[in-house]
Amino acid sequence: MEVVLRNLTKRFPGRDRKKREDVIAVDNFNFEIPDGKLIGLLGPSGCGKSTTLNLISGLLKPTGGRIFFGEDDVTDLPPENRGIGLVFQNYALYPHLTVKQNILFPLQNLKGKDKLSKGEMLEKVTEAARLVQIEDLMDRKPAELSGGQQQRVAIARALVKMPRVLLLDEPLSNLDARLRLKTREEIRRIQRKTGITTIFVTHDQEEAMSISDMIVVMKDGVVQQIGKPQEVYDSPENLFVARFLGTPPINLFEGQVKNGQLYIGEDAVLRLRGIENQEVFVGIRPEGFILQEDGPFCCTLNGVEVMGRDISVVSQNKASLNQSIRAIVGAEHLAGIGKERQATETKVRFALRPHKVFLFSRETEKRIDFEELPIGGSTVSTACDMRGDKYEENKTL
Amino acid sequence: MKKTKLSDSSLKGWLYLLPAILFLGIFMVYPLIDVFIYSFEEGYNSASQTYFGIGWYNYSYILHDPYFLQAVKNTFILVMITVPLSTGIALLISVALSSIKPLRELFQTIYFLPYVTNTLAVGLVFMILFKKTAYTDGLVNLFLNWFGGSSVDFIDGPYQAKMFVLCFYTIWVVMPFKILILTSALSSVDQVYYNAAKVDGTSKFRTFMRITLPMISPMIFYLVITGFIGAFKAYSDAVALFGTNLNAAEMNTIVGYVYDMLYGDSGGYPSYASAAAIILFSIVLTITCINLLISKKKVHY
Repeated sequence: MEVVLRNLTKRFPGRDRKKREDVIAVDNFNFEIPDGKLIGLLGPSGCGKSTTLNLISGLLKPTGGRIFFGEDDVTDLPPENRGIGLVFQNYALYPHLTVKQNILFPLQNLKGKDKLSKGEMLEKVTEAARLVQIEDLMDRKPAELSGGQQQRVAIARALVKMPRVLLLDEPLSNLDARLRLKTREEIRRIQRKTGITTIFVTHDQEEAMSISDMIVVMKDGVVQQIGKPQEVYDSPENLFVARFLGTPPINLFEGQVKNGQLYIGEDAVLRLRGIENQEVFVGIRPEGFILQEDGPFCCTLNGVEVMGRDISVVSQNKASLNQSIRAIVGAEHLAGIGKERQATETKVRFALRPHKVFLFSRETEKRIDFEELPIGGSTVSTACDMRGDKYEENKTL
Repeated sequence: MKKTKLSDSSLKGWLYLLPAILFLGIFMVYPLIDVFIYSFEEGYNSASQTYFGIGWYNYSYILHDPYFLQAVKNTFILVMITVPLSTGIALLISVALSSIKPLRELFQTIYFLPYVTNTLAVGLVFMILFKKTAYTDGLVNLFLNWFGGSSVDFIDGPYQAKMFVLCFYTIWVVMPFKILILTSALSSVDQVYYNAAKVDGTSKFRTFMRITLPMISPMIFYLVITGFIGAFKAYSDAVALFGTNLNAAEMNTIVGYVYDMLYGDSGGYPSYASAAAIILFSIVLTITCINLLISKKKVHY
């Protein structure tokens, strides 16, 4: 089922006595969710993603805008008539009912022509249980289940009525790290198998990126970017999206574009075309650094974190907006790091992969497009070279 | 070595328990045993501390005493009417209270007032409501007359009328506490269950029966058990309404009978009182055990 949100807006009346302004939880949300896809609503806490989900479920009434499921306008329908399945953050399994009774519960509510016989109900329950692989837990109470099992029961209960849209509110936040990994694949598998349009809310960008067909990044009730996970990661539309996606997070610098060169501090790190001279924020993904002895970008080395396949080079730069700069490089470079010393500091030099470098306007924080030009390391001077003699001296050490 | 250490720590445990055990022993266990012994001592004389023999005579006497049988009957009627009714009405009021937003606190306060009101003041109010005097037939009779009924003497009149007043009074007195407990139990049910039920299209009635009731069942059970015990021990309410000569008013309760046997005008028979007390004890014990058995099936913790 296609889900269309048109100018969806939700305002909550302000509670604060001093300022009675409304809180805008969701601001003018427009989105067409294609049929049968898995959509991740992503954002920091308080960004309105759960509110959006509750608006789609019908537990909240929108202040403005319409919601369509396919051709049907469901904006004014109560939740039970929308044909949705909702999995709550803490699962909301009825503690006094067994797993079987929990899954059976929605079916027993059906009335009139939809009413099922006992046999049909049991068949559906068994089918849902098989789908999430909990057939052998049917007679247990929720308290006797692990978090992951409870999660599956909650999904089975949401699926048993074959909803048109499945909604998951922070489905993995109550699980431990290992189970989270397993469960997210499980959600993906169940979604593929049933083909039900699924929307899930998360604040964990890794979770959203890994299983979604599309992600929606939100901030303060406003949609920042919608797209396929890789596309959003590779071309963030603004500074917020760039910072929010990716682990380790993107490295940010204050930079300057001058005469077709990008400067970070005093280092001219890239040659660009098609961009005016201006002050910019520079975002560089951790994988955008290349260790290079004569690289144009010079930083002070803090240390190296070994992660097995990769190593993370932690360094510092005056122009950096983060506490430290993290560069991920292959583990084979480990031996070459930290040879270059200047007085008490160890220097490390990088070249940059241009398509991993993003420029953002200082005023609007929007991304600025540019054309890259190949860069010759030796032709540019860097901050390290300013103190050339000392550097020469120490190099021999 | 290890053994001494173990007994050391268990000694410490007993030491900590000592004050409670001492008090419970002196004021609860010893009297209980004593009452049990008294109830078998035939012809016990409290002045000379002598008795003729040991046997079932005391029990046989009170079980043939029409006043005692009247008291048992009254107590049972009181229990069977007031416990279910007060719990049910309290539940209705609590549900209504938790589903309204405006004036909720005001209503909560009003419903809680009887709990903090002086018994004498309450008695006075009931007097105005029910008692026939030289000047008036009482407020309730006034209403009855309005609607074409004839006056009923609720305090000195027929048995049913008196029993009605006693039950009415008891329910009214125990209600505030039950409402207090149930409203807090209702508000402790997580809203998320109601949301889940709503999404599943559960009707209001079914939500109440299948979700709300089981969730607050431990509290209901607690109220039923304490309600049973409290109603079996009823005495002061009857005195407040009908005066101290309850046997004459046919409104005596088991505890009232025990009291009369000890200190009443016809009193001075601790053995009969003890036998009656032991019978009351065994009734309460039986009922509570039955309650516990039922609760195992119906109450969800």
